[in-house]
Amino acid sequence: MSSVEFRKDLFADERDDNLQEIGKPTRRQDILGHVTGRSPYYDDHLFDGLLHMRCVRSPHHHARIRSIDTSQAERMPGVVRVVTARDVPNNLNTLLSLINFGKDEEKLIQDTKVAYVGEPVAAVIAETEGQARNACAAIRVDYEVLANVLDPEEALKPDAPVVNEVYPNNTFDYHDRYDHQKLRFGDVEKGFSEADHIVEGEYQMSPIEQAPIETCGAIAAPETNDRFVCYTSTQALFFSLGTTAKLLNMASSRLHFVGGTVGGGFGGKVDSIVEPLSVLGAVLTGRPVKFMWDRAEEMQVGAPRGAERWRIKDGVASDGRILARAFTGFFDAGAYTRLSSYAIIKCTGHIPGPYSIPNVASNVFCVFTNRTPATAMRGFGITGVDFAIECHMDKVAEAVGMNPIELRILNAYRDGDMKPHRRLAKNAALIECCQVASQKAGWPISADAARQSSLHGGGGDRAIIPESLTDSVGRIGERRTSSIPTEPGQGAPSKGRVAAGTQGVPIVAAAPQDEDMVGDPVRMGFRHAPSASPQTPGQPSRLAVPPATPAPQSIPSAPVSAQPPVPPPSAPPPAAPQPSATQAPQAPAETAPYKPEQPFSRGVKRPGVSRFLSGSRRR
Amino acid sequence: MTKRPVQFQLNGSPVAVFTDEGQNLLDLLRRGVGDLSPKFGCGQGTCGSCTVLVDGEPRLSCLTLAETVEGQSVETTNGLANGPDLHALQEAFMENFAAQCGYCTPGMLMAAKALLDRTPRPSREQVIEAISGNICRCTGYEPIIDAIMAASGQPVRRAG
Amino acid sequence: MVTVTTVDTLQEAAAGVGREAVYLGGGTLVMRGVNYGDQQISEIVRLRSQDSLRVIRSEGDRIVLGAAATMGDVLRSSDCAALHVVARQVGGPAVRNMATVGGNIFAPHPYGDFAVALLALDARLRMSDGSDLDLETLLAARGSERRLIESVSIMRPAGDDFRFRKVSRVKPKGVSLMSLAAWLPRRAGRIAGARIAYGAMAPTPVRIKAVEAALEGVSLDANSISGAIAAAAQGLNPPDDPLASGWYRTQVAPVHLKRLLLGEGGR
Repeated sequence: MSSVEFRKDLFADERDDNLQEIGKPTRRQDILGHVTGRSPYYDDHLFDGLLHMRCVRSPHHHARIRSIDTSQAERMPGVVRVVTARDVPNNLNTLLSLINFGKDEEKLIQDTKVAYVGEPVAAVIAETEGQARNACAAIRVDYEVLANVLDPEEALKPDAPVVNEVYPNNTFDYHDRYDHQKLRFGDVEKGFSEADHIVEGEYQMSPIEQAPIETCGAIAAPETNDRFVCYTSTQALFFSLGTTAKLLNMASSRLHFVGGTVGGGFGGKVDSIVEPLSVLGAVLTGRPVKFMWDRAEEMQVGAPRGAERWRIKDGVASDGRILARAFTGFFDAGAYTRLSSYAIIKCTGHIPGPYSIPNVASNVFCVFTNRTPATAMRGFGITGVDFAIECHMDKVAEAVGMNPIELRILNAYRDGDMKPHRRLAKNAALIECCQVASQKAGWPISADAARQSSLHGGGGDRAIIPESLTDSVGRIGERRTSSIPTEPGQGAPSKGRVAAGTQGVPIVAAAPQDEDMVGDPVRMGFRHAPSASPQTPGQPSRLAVPPATPAPQSIPSAPVSAQPPVPPPSAPPPAAPQPSATQAPQAPAETAPYKPEQPFSRGVKRPGVSRFLSGSRRR
Repeated sequence: MTKRPVQFQLNGSPVAVFTDEGQNLLDLLRRGVGDLSPKFGCGQGTCGSCTVLVDGEPRLSCLTLAETVEGQSVETTNGLANGPDLHALQEAFMENFAAQCGYCTPGMLMAAKALLDRTPRPSREQVIEAISGNICRCTGYEPIIDAIMAASGQPVRRAG
Repeated sequence: MVTVTTVDTLQEAAAGVGREAVYLGGGTLVMRGVNYGDQQISEIVRLRSQDSLRVIRSEGDRIVLGAAATMGDVLRSSDCAALHVVARQVGGPAVRNMATVGGNIFAPHPYGDFAVALLALDARLRMSDGSDLDLETLLAARGSERRLIESVSIMRPAGDDFRFRKVSRVKPKGVSLMSLAAWLPRRAGRIAGARIAYGAMAPTPVRIKAVEAALEGVSLDANSISGAIAAAAQGLNPPDDPLASGWYRTQVAPVHLKRLLLGEGGR
């Protein structure tokens, strides 16, 4: 597109401009199929004798199921099979169990209690879609309506209804310890006390439906060799395959998943609901079965980007430097976890936004409410808090009487700055973005702001991990028995201090500083503790890139910090299997090498590793 | 279930098929005839991805009772190309990056064809109006508008 | 299961509707119901040809629109020039080639913007049994109406006597948060016999008689219409829907009414 302007004057020496494809417009390789209407989306596969599956859904936010009467529906024209919870072989799952994050908590089809409007309680498979709809309308469900909670802060109160029995506190359990995800960097209270201005703000985002034009769906059919083929709209083919294998208690080798041509996803086609249902239908009927959401379902039960509420408190010096920033965040996960728990991990890695702030703290809650479960959407975990941060930056600019673009340039990350999740900033470019934006928008900035560069002024003192104040407020279950505040630093005295580190090689509590993610030493069984810093006094203080081969860092099994370090944002969640030990060749394996007990059956069986994962992750 | 015969022209060729009572034209085209180019997006007339031309006018095939096209002429994206020769709109959509996921594309193309058949050199405003009933979710309206302008042989006015 | 009966006359179709069948006009409402498994739809009755019901003609100071005239037909009719602004705001081109004048009168909230304009223009309906009925009477009981509409007769507004605004959150096309139509006949610069109608502010399009009364005898300027603006949402209890709460609708009604009357920012 000619409307894209390449600013090749910026960072010119970091890039090779003699490339054949990169940086040049090119034609999509799949576009011929798109303009001729021949790209094969999942619904473009025709099957003789195709059956149609529809769900009976809860009309209530929260209700106990007393009984489900399917007798009339079973006798209706065209009905081949009515499916209820007892037909699902392994009817409890959490999406991220495939990477061992969180507890199984959601049924594919409910039979005891519904926790959001639209939760499936039964399904009908019929010769036509219309017949399936009519039969669904004839299924009688006797509900005992329960009190519901639709606001995350209401859900934290002691008397709030329990949404999800697996998490009776209405909060996801982080690291088996806290009812929220903590981040502690420096001492925000000290920062506030040194500030000239305290700027506070509250920001809130509603759920956003991804609304792909192609609704979520899948067609499954028996193949030869006792396998089932599944054409699906999924954005996460092997995730959907693994989830289907688990829920249906079926060897993954019996599943042949075909995807790749997706009519828009934006994060809304990860949740792997339609694939297990369609394969279950094919298993139960021995015929091809299509399970496709209509638009109303896509909007009502399609998991959106969840609602978020943020409170931000800044301590700001009179010259505009932000000295401390504290966050309290509430993610409305809806009734089940899906991907909200992990969105918060990513979000915490992003805090406090693209700004170098010496004291940062955040408490972020993944809260269960009786709303549609939330999941991924573009900018997963980041977009909501970024909206809050940038609104707040404007508020800070107003408070200190500063040009908002100059405020951003003043506080922006520069290469070599230490971020609160203990990784060094590199390839920073916010300053340059601000400078170009000010030109394009005709919003002038000072000559000094126009001279700044992301390449200079970072590192040094800014690369240091400050001594950090920690606390243990908000242990699992504590909040609901004695109402304690949600803000960081409130409610209880500090628990301890984490010592400072220097120049990207912190003494403790730092994630490995390696581009390719050094494997987690604890999980790999690596017990070598001493860390020899490659840095010596007198070396150039600014580190544009971390040391090429850092010394492996020991993460104490009982950390000095009450808080396990936040994993790097690009890494899998804490319990995820890490890459193999190629970067720590001296690490002896703690467990026996992987030997499948049943070849191609239900993935690997290794302590601490999901059975449904078919191998270790490679990079 | 009663089946009814229906005959119509599809992309210039006669078609005779049976329709189920209450079946919509989208379902008849896709499952009855096997023309998979029109897409289901909503079934309620809000997204435009099932747009086809009936006697030259854009219609939503999901809201058209199939048997009502008896004796009429139906055009779909499947019939846009003349053998290996693509329609000018198809060429322009390829050239201007006017499709990302491609799911709204057949509906967009038919809405655009209805415009260019009557108004060979539309204004940009007329192009916007012509596709105002078609939703794209991959943030592609500007390239689509550019492509339709280009297909009409007019210069593409771009921002920036 | 849905059955479809095809008949030749409107009277036969009306007899079917009398037996609980639904009449298929342009399809935008009925087929949506069929697609979504509406359990109220078991029989569809349709005309072999609706062409005779698509005629639009002048009749003295009124215009008569056949009930099966589509929004596209309205846009192609020079008699209906005043209604082009309304028809153009109904859906996209494909919807406009299907959606009919008669169907719009039965379109549930928040649809039915065209009916709002008809209501402001003193619409009188010729029914399938040959009787006449004013639109306001039909709307008050449209859920139980078993007759069909044959044609709609409306006033032909002079000059800029007719105003219409559709308030939506999506450009260029979206569902109404509110639609407003005004017919403002004037004598010596003063309004005489104004008719004001809203859509999406009640279960059906409604006349706002408090505003009409407040406009009687006043001229169209900011000071004179203040009484009408104050009455903009009087007695209304607009529905909550995914686009807006009823509360929001009552709060913005005066703003949009003022813009409508003063011709500010209108399209």
